Amino acid sequence: MSITCFVGTDLGSTTTKSIVLDAQGDILGRGITNSRSNYDRAAQVSRSEAFINARFNLLRREVTVAAGEAVLERLLRAFRLEQTLAQLERLHELTLGAAAFDVPAPLGRAAREAIDAIIAGIRAEELARFDEADPPRRSDFFRDAAGSAWSRLATGLAEPDGVTYDMLLGLYDKCIIQVENEPLALGFGDHIGAALLRIGDPADVHTGVQHAVETELLVAGEVGTGYGRQRLPFPKEMIRSEILCHGLGASTMFPGTRTVLDIGGQDTKAIQVDADGIVTSFQMNDRCAAGCGRYLGYIADEMNLGLHELGPLAQQSTRAVKINSTCTVFAGAELRERLSLGERREDILAGLHRAIMLRAMSLLARSGGVDDEFTFTGGVANNPAAVAALRELVGENYGGRTLNISPDSIFTGALGAAIFGRRSAN
Amino acid sequence: MSDARAEALKDQSMVIQKEMIAEHYERLARAPETGEPVVYTFVPGNLTELIRSFGCLPVLPEINALQSGMRGKSRDYITEAEKHGHSEDVCTYVKCDIGMAMAGNIGPTGTKLPKPDLLLLSYTGCYTFMKWFELLREQYDCPCVFLHVPYQGDGRIEPEHREYMVRQLREQVIPALERISGRRYDEEALRERLRLSVQAEDDLVWVLQSARNRPSPIDAYFGAVYYVGPIFSAFRGTPEGVAYYQALRREVQSRLDAGLGPVAPAGPMNEQKYRLVVEGPPNWTHFREFWQMFADEGAVVVASTYSKVGGTYDFGFRHDPDDPLGTLGDYCAGCYTNHNLPGRIDMLCQYLRDYDADGFLINSVKSCNSFSAGQLMILREVEKRTGLPGGFIESDLVDPRYFSAANIKNRLESYLQMVEARRGGGAREARAS
Repeated sequence: MSITCFVGTDLGSTTTKSIVLDAQGDILGRGITNSRSNYDRAAQVSRSEAFINARFNLLRREVTVAAGEAVLERLLRAFRLEQTLAQLERLHELTLGAAAFDVPAPLGRAAREAIDAIIAGIRAEELARFDEADPPRRSDFFRDAAGSAWSRLATGLAEPDGVTYDMLLGLYDKCIIQVENEPLALGFGDHIGAALLRIGDPADVHTGVQHAVETELLVAGEVGTGYGRQRLPFPKEMIRSEILCHGLGASTMFPGTRTVLDIGGQDTKAIQVDADGIVTSFQMNDRCAAGCGRYLGYIADEMNLGLHELGPLAQQSTRAVKINSTCTVFAGAELRERLSLGERREDILAGLHRAIMLRAMSLLARSGGVDDEFTFTGGVANNPAAVAALRELVGENYGGRTLNISPDSIFTGALGAAIFGRRSAN
Repeated sequence: MSDARAEALKDQSMVIQKEMIAEHYERLARAPETGEPVVYTFVPGNLTELIRSFGCLPVLPEINALQSGMRGKSRDYITEAEKHGHSEDVCTYVKCDIGMAMAGNIGPTGTKLPKPDLLLLSYTGCYTFMKWFELLREQYDCPCVFLHVPYQGDGRIEPEHREYMVRQLREQVIPALERISGRRYDEEALRERLRLSVQAEDDLVWVLQSARNRPSPIDAYFGAVYYVGPIFSAFRGTPEGVAYYQALRREVQSRLDAGLGPVAPAGPMNEQKYRLVVEGPPNWTHFREFWQMFADEGAVVVASTYSKVGGTYDFGFRHDPDDPLGTLGDYCAGCYTNHNLPGRIDMLCQYLRDYDADGFLINSVKSCNSFSAGQLMILREVEKRTGLPGGFIESDLVDPRYFSAANIKNRLESYLQMVEARRGGGAREARAS
């Protein structure tokens, strides 16, 4: 059997997202990857991830009925594990190859042994993680998970007079880009068999898996958007501005939407839409990325925190520091200055979040204000302190407004693109 | 970039103009020997006919700055001015001009610019002009005469405004020109020049209004900045100016007859998907790239306000040889920069209607407060009155650091796709299907 579908891909400066819609316009699959300064590859990966997700959704019903939700969940995790192990294998080959060139000959053997040990360590950790009932959340990207484990394991193995930590980390840095940018076979058909075996090859899921493997997904329309959209191998008429895609996507997620704020990695957009999700007016930041997602990224780096930890820490503030500059370049300087004045980290962070939102408020005002309902999208919408600051400022300036935030808000642009793809096909 | 510039296609009128400009700069370079007095003055409210009736040569610092910008020289000049303490926020025309003077005052065509014998400051709403000439007065230690043009606060030129300007012309400007030229004011010579002005003005208006046709044979923003060049600068009231506009009119007429569009940098623009009205000055440092972004999307500009900074002829004004000083007053007060915000809004609305445009776009430049202040209010009001979509992009006049191609392209494409979507009502179908 075959299913007609439509694909939207949003090539952001930080992450690339894809959405697969079915003929009825319902979401069949979502995929996301980091943009890694290789837009072509990022688009391929996120698209392939969205199709994997679509196939899991196809088998979801049958498998859930036949074997239960837990088995499906287990199968999905097994599949992820197989993907990770395939990438790890490739990382192993590449780092050994790089060591042969980069490490001085007398240290060659020690370096190879260290690499083998690190890879074995990561592999063991991944297998152990798979066995855990509820493993802690972590980044979905191989680079992040493998990188932190590599760094930790290398610390234990490095010797001052032999294979140093810097040497080992250098090998990882050199090879991880290639692992990410090579078209590895990570698709559904490549690993579902191994994943099934890993969970004991339960007979009651065979039919469902079989159906999912055999179903043909026919792409009838495809649209690309986002910062890197010009890099997509699509004809011009299949490329849409992310402003239009965000407007339509937000309005599809929340049909009452009239105003959209999107804060992405390097731009902030304030968009007004009509009842049909068509953009009527918009404003975005000029070439300066002050106050965008990247700004929070720098702040997190500077504080040695994960991006997701910033918001919760800021929420512990009792007295927000007043901060005027949201210059991304000077983010670190601003932060150190405040710290040197003796301000508490949480109070500084609360001030930073408010400053970002003050800048967004100015763009919103320029675009025509905040109308009801108001939908907030983009990576920064996942940050609770940013949302709280926005809610407060909107209340102060425009009164009560319904504020919509979808847990899938990061896919808003890709959703809009997929809808445009479906429209152009029809 | 230089290759792309060399390859850019040019109209015949552009070639003629380039020669006129080169000749004028050469004549300026010889001025110290020929003894022709030199008057520095600004485009809005320029008194070219009067200046030339005294045998003086005009130098227009903004034109030098924009020419330097187009020729890739402004960055160094701006850096030079900043080294001497001019802040990043100062108008980049000013910094480009000051920097050029500091770097030896070599004009955009490579010839030396003469020092001014007189600074004729015609004030039409830009406060920066005053500060600019204060700096030049300091630098050149020469006389400076001020013509205060009253702002059209109520949207019209009152009789007392006119009398006030004529009095200043008689009591301040003319005596100053007499002093530096050693000639007496010759009203008949001025009338003769004004007669020539009218001929050129008629042809210019015909050319600008040719954009009412489909396809438009001109781009009334990127193309029009060339078309207004001679008349806004040194050539109004000159036989060369008249000849240029006759040639231009013939050129546009022949495109019109053939049903052709204007020639954009990368080629003729015969397919015109969008007809736009533009408010605000263009960016000069990436002028061709900027224009091509529009051309690539099939967007032709059918009317612009910037092409009216040196006179709003398309609303009927012509120099009147029978009232030479009064007409100069009317001219100065009628320049676009001297209009109030409601007047600018009316003008944009009228353009959108008369030229049957799909929407309007504001290019807001960082340097120019006179232009940029109030533009967002203009945007909202014009949208409200016409129901047509407005767009907003940001760049600068001659500071290349403020031109972000990706950002501008993104906004322009988004804007045009918005126009398209609103035209088609496409999403409604998407939802319903």
